[in-house]
Amino acid sequence: MKRWRAAVVPYLLILPGGLWLVIFFAIPVIVLISLSTQQGDIVNGFSQTFHFANYANAWDNYHDQFIRSLLYGGIATIMCILLGYPVAYWIAFRGGARKSTYLFLLLLPFFVSFVLRTVSWQYFLSDNGILLGPLKSAGILPENFRILATGTAVVGGLTYNYLPFMVLPIYVALERIDPRLVEAAQDLYATRAAAFRRVVLPLSLPGLFAGVLLTFVPVAADYVNAAILGGTGNTMIGNIIQDEFLTVQDYPTGAALSFMLMAILLIGMFSYARVLGTDEVLEVAAR
Amino acid sequence: MTVDTYSERARDSAPAASPAADRGRRRPRRRWGDRLLFAWTWLIIIWLALPIAVMIIFSFNNPHGRFNFTWVGFTLKWYGPHLLDYPSLTTAMENSLIVAFAATVGSVVLGTLVGLALGKYRFRGLGTANLVQFAAISAPDIVLASSLLAFFVTLRVPLGLPTIIVAHIMFCLSFVAVTVRARVLTLDRSLEEAARDLGAGPWATFRLVTLPLIFPGVLAGALLAFAISIDDFVVTSFVSGSTQTFPLWIWSATRNGLPPQVDVLGTLIFVGGLLIAGGSALFGRRGTR
Amino acid sequence: MTARYSRRAALQLGGLSAAALTAAACGVQGAAKQQSTAQAESAADKFWKAQKPTGTVTFANWALYIDPDHGTLKDFTAKTGIKVTYNEVIQDDSSFFAKIHPQLASGQSTGYDIMVITDGLEFSELVALGEVIPLDQSMLTNFHKNAGPAYQHRSFDPGNVYSVPWASGSTGIAWNPKYVKTPPTSINDLWNPAYAGHVGMMSDPQEIANFGLFKIGVDPENSTQKEWQAAAAALKQQRSAGIVRQYYDQSYINALSKGDVWITMAWSGDIFQQNLSAGTNLQFIVPKEGGTIWTDNMMIPKYAANPVAAMQLIDWYYQPRMAATLTEAINYITPVPAVQDIIKSDAASAKGSDKATLEAVANSPLVWLSAADYARLKNYVPITSKNRSTFYGIFQPVVAG
Repeated sequence: MKRWRAAVVPYLLILPGGLWLVIFFAIPVIVLISLSTQQGDIVNGFSQTFHFANYANAWDNYHDQFIRSLLYGGIATIMCILLGYPVAYWIAFRGGARKSTYLFLLLLPFFVSFVLRTVSWQYFLSDNGILLGPLKSAGILPENFRILATGTAVVGGLTYNYLPFMVLPIYVALERIDPRLVEAAQDLYATRAAAFRRVVLPLSLPGLFAGVLLTFVPVAADYVNAAILGGTGNTMIGNIIQDEFLTVQDYPTGAALSFMLMAILLIGMFSYARVLGTDEVLEVAAR
Repeated sequence: MTVDTYSERARDSAPAASPAADRGRRRPRRRWGDRLLFAWTWLIIIWLALPIAVMIIFSFNNPHGRFNFTWVGFTLKWYGPHLLDYPSLTTAMENSLIVAFAATVGSVVLGTLVGLALGKYRFRGLGTANLVQFAAISAPDIVLASSLLAFFVTLRVPLGLPTIIVAHIMFCLSFVAVTVRARVLTLDRSLEEAARDLGAGPWATFRLVTLPLIFPGVLAGALLAFAISIDDFVVTSFVSGSTQTFPLWIWSATRNGLPPQVDVLGTLIFVGGLLIAGGSALFGRRGTR
Repeated sequence: MTARYSRRAALQLGGLSAAALTAAACGVQGAAKQQSTAQAESAADKFWKAQKPTGTVTFANWALYIDPDHGTLKDFTAKTGIKVTYNEVIQDDSSFFAKIHPQLASGQSTGYDIMVITDGLEFSELVALGEVIPLDQSMLTNFHKNAGPAYQHRSFDPGNVYSVPWASGSTGIAWNPKYVKTPPTSINDLWNPAYAGHVGMMSDPQEIANFGLFKIGVDPENSTQKEWQAAAAALKQQRSAGIVRQYYDQSYINALSKGDVWITMAWSGDIFQQNLSAGTNLQFIVPKEGGTIWTDNMMIPKYAANPVAAMQLIDWYYQPRMAATLTEAINYITPVPAVQDIIKSDAASAKGSDKATLEAVANSPLVWLSAADYARLKNYVPITSKNRSTFYGIFQPVVAG
């Protein structure tokens, strides 16, 4: 009797939360997939016609944006690695007693609304604003020069907003490395660079992979940065999906695009997760 | 400290290859490299904090009308009764707080239970459950948002505060679950066994032993849920109908000019968050002692 | 072993088939269609007879569309005791419609009692779907007395059954003389490569379609699908040449003031108000090939909580004094002709910079259009729910792509 009760306990614990996720996560995704093959318009209603051509049309019209999103995602992720790895390294190995303070400082931006941060950058980078105005008056930059409404601004904004998502997992992995391993390498006459390359870097790879996972997916699906900092040639697939749902109200096309985005990103993610096991990624993500 | 002397001793006792030259060559380069990393870290921190500085500075600006983008003059007036000049902004802020509190409570209750189950027990379906949590955390916001909108519209559910709260509980749940699970994994089982040996029933064990032990994880999950909920933009913008929350208000206000009140509210939230984080850090440190 | 696998397989199969069935069954229902006019009239009479006065009213409007200190609203409250909540939540018709339509279709109130909708696709869709309440004609005393004849007989709402005008305006070209040295006169100035990266265009497909059609020399009111495609091609060329910086809703005014944008499609009154409130020196013209004229109209959405108060507020603005105060502030075309004389006498009795401003408004060619202007200004492309998807399919990719 007790054993039966004990066996049931985990299922009871999971039930409320699990049910919530099934109703408001799994089922909506199924509805989304179903919507993607429907036809009609918002005024007259949509009906299921298994119109798979929605996917073909969506790809025809918007493959530029898809590719651009993956491109921006890739560049921003690489930028995050380049900018963030040294920071993670320094805090992990040289941070000493002040490690948590540094981590806290890194997370400071998250106390300000995401939209507000990005809008502040828009003001800061304005064509004649605080940064560019004096430079233009001094003649250093041509009158025509601009940062906003370019791909650079969008990638910069994406890197800015998602940098901590890269730094934290790398930090966690680096922090676990026993410093005596580096010691041992140096005793064996390895230079600092070689010790890094052959000891530290390989041991930090799980953290790096987790960071890439936590960064690339939200970056590729982002649309706020492109909307606020970008121009006509910088729209990402997220902008299109938002437009289709909230302005044009062409739900089937929006659903098809959403599903394609999810499929592309999920396949990439699950390949990664298979490589290093979901447990470790979850643990790192929990920090 | 110990590290350095260890290597120095090792180097001194090692044979051949000019130890003196080694020592001379290595020490300056180490300091130079370290200094570079130190400077780089601070550069990144300053870069991350730049928009916050812009926001705080412009909360003291005194512009004509709504266009707060060139410095006009210093004033404290936005921190007083003028803060409420825009009733729709005040309402939006209230809505954000209501949603954040409701979502935190809901997701903490549901998420703690799930985290307990995932961390403590082995059962069939554990793999699937972990997978679903993983999918819920890493699914892009826009996919969650569009699927929820499609769901609500198909069922003709009116959009507003209730749908926002439901959506927020959904995505905060998994974050809480993962946080609590991480904490539960570090639990010492023997404590609970001891409680049971002393005759405590399962509910008493949970209330008096397990809950206090996992409390830091639950608290961390709650703070995380609150922060995620109050800042959420993408999912909220899809399922909110005509209701506005603070991030939504900012977004629509960027069309017509961001008044200083937005910067003031942003600054207040920022300072509030700092105080809470500082407080919980102190509390945490005292708790472990 | 086999038993466990087959059970798991059965569960998975069951789950998948349940999902497939749900998927096949799902569909978003359309909204119910409107009844015949006679039925509608008697239903409206019954509706208004059952309404009672209330103490509050919520007004959804565009930005830059009311006197900045809300004096006209405060006077209303002082006279009637009804509290007004004024929300500047509309940035363009399509996104506002996208927000309220799902709510109204599912039987939920939008929270607004009055909303201001442009005469275009969304207007006709709201009427066709029955999502707006017919106005109570008996409460429109000021309207019938003071509104100009042109505004009492309009093609898109004969008899003013569902709406009365709030303001009318034109879409033209605005520019910043600091960066644009030669004043523009033609629509081709928006295609000028010298301004590449600093040109703004509007994101509303109806607005941008008109300008595309003007570029190729076609009258939007009589355009064909082939001409739409040619217009879209011209617009796409403008984008791919890197000339357009961004497609804006009303936020073009922000970008223009900051200097990010040098020349842009714009609405006439916005420029005037911006110059007044922020001290800028922006200019506005209607291009010689043509501009767009539109009318924004007050409507009452279905399930409004305070329809009687809404009617009172709607009729309030047809008093010449109120209409004059409004026009002096927003510099858009007013439906009340008597306003011009009132503004002239206000100007005569004012002093200093106020006097100059009021005289500018009293004689503004943008507010008091001549016959030649009316000839040059065109309405939007007439769209019905039949050619809606074709139209959007042609022009949405220009903006969204």
